[in-house]
This record gives sequence, C-alpha cells and structure tokens, in this order.
Amino acid sequence: MDRNDRKYKRILIGKRIARELNDGDWCNLGIGLPTEVANHIPEGTSVFFQTENGMMGVGPAPAEGQEDKDLINAGGGFITALPGACYFDSCISFGIIRGGHLDMTVLGGLQVDERGNLANWMIPGKMVPGMGGAMDLVTGAKKVVVAMEHCDKKGNSKLLKSCTLPLTAKEKVNLIVTDMAVIEIRDNKMYLLEIAEGLTVEEVVKATEPELVIPKEIIYFGI
Amino acid sequence: MPKIIDAKTAAAMIKPNDRVMFGSFLAVGCAETIVDEMVKLGTKDLHLICIASDYDDKGVGKLLSNKQIKSAQVSHLGTNKAIQEQYNNGEIEVEMVPQGTLMERIRAKGAGLGGVLTPTGLGTIVEEGKEILTIDGKEFLLEKPIGAEWAVIKAEKADKMGNLVYSKTARNANPVMATAAEKVIVEVNEIVEIGEINPEDVITPGIFIDYIVKV
Repeated sequence: MDRNDRKYKRILIGKRIARELNDGDWCNLGIGLPTEVANHIPEGTSVFFQTENGMMGVGPAPAEGQEDKDLINAGGGFITALPGACYFDSCISFGIIRGGHLDMTVLGGLQVDERGNLANWMIPGKMVPGMGGAMDLVTGAKKVVVAMEHCDKKGNSKLLKSCTLPLTAKEKVNLIVTDMAVIEIRDNKMYLLEIAEGLTVEEVVKATEPELVIPKEIIYFGI
Repeated sequence: MPKIIDAKTAAAMIKPNDRVMFGSFLAVGCAETIVDEMVKLGTKDLHLICIASDYDDKGVGKLLSNKQIKSAQVSHLGTNKAIQEQYNNGEIEVEMVPQGTLMERIRAKGAGLGGVLTPTGLGTIVEEGKEILTIDGKEFLLEKPIGAEWAVIKAEKADKMGNLVYSKTARNANPVMATAAEKVIVEVNEIVEIGEINPEDVITPGIFIDYIVKV
C-alpha cells in the first residue's frame, strides 16, 4: 500500500496506538480516526471500550439487518454489546471520564503544541461543530493520546510551538501518533520516540514545527 | 400520579419562550412523536437544551429545521446543518457547553445545588466570564445550574406511577433531565400497571414525572 494512502495512514496510526493499551484497560476512542484503534488490539489483550453516550463494553458493528436502533456509539454508528457490557446515564458516563477512571483516551486533533495543549473542536468563522465530550475526556483520562495526520492538507505541521485555534484543554496531551512519528510530550518538550518505516529523522524534523528531542537510537513503526 | 396524555396535547402545553430540555443523543432516546407534534404545531421562540442538535430530519433537529428555536445550550452541533446555518447567520443564540459540564449543571439544578466545580474548560474559552475557585490547591471552574420549564424525555417503559425503565444507549441524558424541569413529559413505548416493574429495575423514580405519552 502507498504510504500517502489515507487508508494506510489510518491503519498505521491505529495499529501503533493499540500497542499503548494494556490488558484490562478501560479506554474511550473519539470518533473518526481513533476508532481504528479497536481493530488492532493485540491478541491476548482484553480492553474495554466506553462510549460516552452511556455504555462500557462496546463490541463491533452488527451484521447488516442486526442493528438495534437504541444501541449506538458517540459517532451515531450502530454497535453491539460484549459480554460484561453495561449501560449508564450521561452523568455516570462523564463521572467515569472526568473522575479519572479511564486509563486512556484517543482523540483526533487539529493542532497540538509542545506544552501538550490540544485544539480539536472549532475553527473560528469556519467550523463550529462543538466540543461534545472532548473537553471532559482530555481533562479526565489518565493518558491522552492524539491520533492525527502529521501535516494539514497544505503540508503545514499540525504539531506547533503554540496552538493558534481555541483549545480543547490545557497541557493534557501525553502522546501524539501521526503517519510520520510517535512523539511524547514531557516537560513542555516533544520527544521523538519512533518514526514511520520508510522515513528519515530529517524528514520528520522538517515536517514538525517545534524542536524535537531526538533519541540516540531510532525505532521504526509500520503496519 | 402522572397524567396519561397524547402527544398532541403534550406539544400544545409548551408555549413560546419556554425552555425545553430533550434527552436525546443523535436522535437515540428522543421523544420523537412529541417532537413531530411540536413541529406540526409550530410553536416558536423556544430555548433548547440538549446534548447535540441531532440531524436536520431526525430528533430535536427537526425543531431547528422548522426554525422554532431562538436559543440553545448544546455541546455539539456538527451533525445538523440547520443550526450551523442559523448560528452563522446570527439567527440563533448558542451556548456551547462541554457535554459532561452540561450534564452536571442539569444535575445540580435537579438536586438543589448552587452549581458545580469542574476542571473541564479551564484554560479554554469555556472559562470566559466564569469564576475560578481553588480547592485544596487545585483549580476548578464554577458552573451554574441549568433548569427548564419542560423536560421532554424518552423511556422504554413506564408504570402508572411514572417509574421509568430505559433501553440501552437510549438512556443518555433522559434520567438527569427528568430531575431538572418544572414539568416533565415522558414518551414511552409501553405503559404497565403499578407493581409490574421490579423496584430494583427502576432508573427514574416516578416522583419526577408529570405526564406520560404512550407512542
């Protein structure tokens, strides 16, 4: 598959993030790209996914004709319930989120900066879809992972020294996984952990606005 | 004891300028029959409180497409073109509230609390004009309660006391909204006799319910 293919990027990012999950983790996946993570949970690892509209134990999409009109995920897609699943109201759901009970959340991003600020809910004058549950998720989850393409359509870095769009939350992002690199944010710095197969460190550095702390040994990730 | 009424009667009780909260998440768990009657009746200038503005032709979105809403408190409007257009044209006033904050503000109203302290929204435009309090060295945003004249909710089943049972993810904001409005109308698929719902299964106690509409 071509490295610039969107599907390739989606699988690359989803598969890499799935490796961040530990057996028994409770996790919430944002809509869009983050949902890909659920397709790559390593064998022998049992992870429970929450959907913030009110369920823990989200299963795969139902077969055609088996949809239940009362059973959807936060993106409005039909889902199934795994054994051990449970339903709850929105207050409990956001108590789980805000109260620090989730091990990890994965969200999409428009911009992330080196202090761990995330912007992903509006472009003033252009797009105002709303924050939905994103502000609570980023504020409350133990580990915040952003899944996004490294550059925007014009080729500009979505990793910035300082976000220019309205923030979703302040200084909460721990890890960024893009189609080019895995980057950890610590002490207001971006640490390059891994780069995508087929790329060089120079290419990643060139595509990234803030300074990256380069590791002694380069680790590659692929699909 | 709640009154059992039809959807048309329910819709007619809601007047212009009333604040109405709808438990609905992308049209799942929405009192769709009552919404349809409200659209037919065309009552205008309503204030809408809901998680998301649903779709243009489904859920509470139908009230927006029909231009019956003058202002709204929602957390998400990305799935509804009508509200985005009206918002961009300045025809509708919208307060964007983080979803968890919206739920707790409603809960606060229903539980008689003066507000909630949440870390959500700190350092973002959500904190503008709000008080920040430091509790045990940690900052929180003071968010005030949200109530309404009406809550229009959806449940799977009610007994004649108004005790409610929900279905799967159609529960969402319905239970909390049942606590926070002056009058609460529930649309249900089934009404059963008192005693037919196991008390252990009741999610919303009947004390909160004023009217039941059977689909």
